[in-house]
Amino acid sequence: MVSHNTPSFTTASCPVPLPHNAQIVMGHGSGGRMTRDLINQVFKPLFSNSFLDAGNDFASLPVPNGELVISTDNHVVSPLFFPGGDIGRLAVCGTVNDIAVSGANPLYLTAGFILEEGLSIETLGCIVESMREACEESGVKIISGDTKVVEKGRCDGLYINTTGIGWKPVDLCIHGANARPGDSVLITGTVADHGMAVLSARGELALESEIQSDVSPLNGLVVDLLKAAPGVHVLRDPTRGGLATTLNEIALQSNCEIILDEKTIPITRPVKTCCEMLGFDPLYVANEGKLVIILPSEQVQSALDALWKHPFGRNSALIGSISEKVNPRVLLKTLIGGTRILDMLSGEMLPRIC
Amino acid sequence: MSLSLDDYRDAKLVRNALMELRSVMTRPWVIMEICGGQTHAIMQYGLDQLLPKELELVHGPGCPVCVTPLELVDKAIAIASRPEVIFCSFGDMLRVPGSNEDLFSVRAKTGNVRVVYSPLDAVKIAQENPGKEVVFFAIGFETTAPVNAASVIQAKNLGLKNYSILVSQVCVPPAMEAILSSPDNRVQGFLAAGHVCSVMGYWEYHPIAAKYQIPIVITGFEPLDLVRGITQCIKQLEKSQHFVENAYERVVTEKGNLPAQQMIERIYAPVDRNWRGIGSIPLSGWGLRSEYNDFNAETCFDIASIVVHESEVCIAGEILRGIKKPNQCPAFRVLCDPTRPLGAPMVSSEGACSAYYRYSVNSGN
Repeated sequence: MVSHNTPSFTTASCPVPLPHNAQIVMGHGSGGRMTRDLINQVFKPLFSNSFLDAGNDFASLPVPNGELVISTDNHVVSPLFFPGGDIGRLAVCGTVNDIAVSGANPLYLTAGFILEEGLSIETLGCIVESMREACEESGVKIISGDTKVVEKGRCDGLYINTTGIGWKPVDLCIHGANARPGDSVLITGTVADHGMAVLSARGELALESEIQSDVSPLNGLVVDLLKAAPGVHVLRDPTRGGLATTLNEIALQSNCEIILDEKTIPITRPVKTCCEMLGFDPLYVANEGKLVIILPSEQVQSALDALWKHPFGRNSALIGSISEKVNPRVLLKTLIGGTRILDMLSGEMLPRIC
Repeated sequence: MSLSLDDYRDAKLVRNALMELRSVMTRPWVIMEICGGQTHAIMQYGLDQLLPKELELVHGPGCPVCVTPLELVDKAIAIASRPEVIFCSFGDMLRVPGSNEDLFSVRAKTGNVRVVYSPLDAVKIAQENPGKEVVFFAIGFETTAPVNAASVIQAKNLGLKNYSILVSQVCVPPAMEAILSSPDNRVQGFLAAGHVCSVMGYWEYHPIAAKYQIPIVITGFEPLDLVRGITQCIKQLEKSQHFVENAYERVVTEKGNLPAQQMIERIYAPVDRNWRGIGSIPLSGWGLRSEYNDFNAETCFDIASIVVHESEVCIAGEILRGIKKPNQCPAFRVLCDPTRPLGAPMVSSEGACSAYYRYSVNSGN
């Protein structure tokens, strides 16, 4: 009963929180808006130059007869082993892919290891063997390395940094600021496999699944794609922050509006179910073996024909287009015919309550 | 013929249901969907753009994160900051601003805050860490109450002395009454929260429908569920009827989940609760029964003296009561976004402001 003691409706209350700019929180590593803010707050003012300011995952450096393409990536995945891969395969593929999305041919990697006291040599051996296999698969060589050991508890098993070097001809111009009105958007397969595989492998969900990570080197797929569709404007691998965040970055870089059609976005049934149970949007979940491709619409069919023939591109699909509007945002046409904004990931992805 | 889950999102079936809705609706109506999950589904599918313009949906207080009072967030932060504590919470609560900081900040400083998916995981953490005090932040509506209660029973059965819960458990029917008895109420019909009713049934709602002469339709979360729930509600309104109807029959029964209700009854007793943005509502939630005091974090830790300072920056209260829409707030998108939330409705993945921010094409930039 509320009749004799009606609550007050006059005091709307909302405290102003501390912005998270005084200390690092997990959201700063999410790959979304907070990561972007951190880079803009801490790194960009001090390191700004034309290579970094381009906002790509790689830098292209002019050299005689072409361009060197360089990229670096840290790998801190937990658990170290997950269905479909491990931190070693991830460390090679992640950097190979960051080079490959410039259109360059990845050639060499350096590898830096931070090892935790107590890590078994056998585990390390398995991971290094997995790196060797991934190098063989992608045709790159590890040409320099470093190891450091930290006290137990100072890191989570091991962390790996890889830096990659590739080469491309000068006239190949594929980067995030290159999407144009009328272009089409492709994805090379099902979304959210890697993120959900790692999450299930953590064993925190009381949920077992068959979901396999898609972690793969994509340089071979890029070669096949560019042969069939040489006019590709943008390539990017939608890793942390997922497809939605990657497309938002491209929309900002190219100052364009991207429109996706939800029903065409490939997703496996187990991943979809898992995401729904946990309250995750699969469009924000990480991929490690997929490409977003933006290209002139007249090259879509030849691109798809080539992608479908490659083992890593069998489920490729046309999922959207770049509109004529100059408005940096991503829109999603929903399954039932509505339209909504697809924003960048805001902070850490959190499961829902009920 | 039974429908598959995909059918409930099928464009054609939804279109047909919308046509039926248009055919029964002759004038404007204001309906409140109680549950934040429904608000999100509406925005996520862009259903708001497909509904008749004369139909106004207002978004209810059914987001557990949004209505958890600041005082309890501050208490949670105080407990979580103690060195002997491992504080466990559903993920969404970490981002809710307390008076000075949030649980994300406490986690960054101490490493003692853990996101769990179920309170039973927190019980496991208590088992594995006998030298630590493990506290679970037991927030939520009737949906989370049974499993939160089960965690206390499990801890007791295991003989654990280092597990307690900080309770902020609230119930839907008293909030509906509070909204209806408010002088500025605009709500003419309710879509009741399907998941809450899956636990509690809907026997509690008959007296409300009768007393306030308002239709209450138990509604699910898929686009087709929502359109059907709305249509049934509008049909009643058009005929000046007011009764409780179940449009979520595949999940909800009149009596609900009796073992779950017994679990709640065993551990919890009704108490007055503060609702953020609404105020105190008598007997609107549950607290631990006194025989479970050993598992009550409010008695285990000295936090009674925590004083709360609430500022009045945003219009969360009016939004939670359905008086205003998120995009009518002057702070929306300008000062307030999910990384810098001014109010809880922007924080939670079920909050109305975050739904508008994330999904709405027409919410202004």
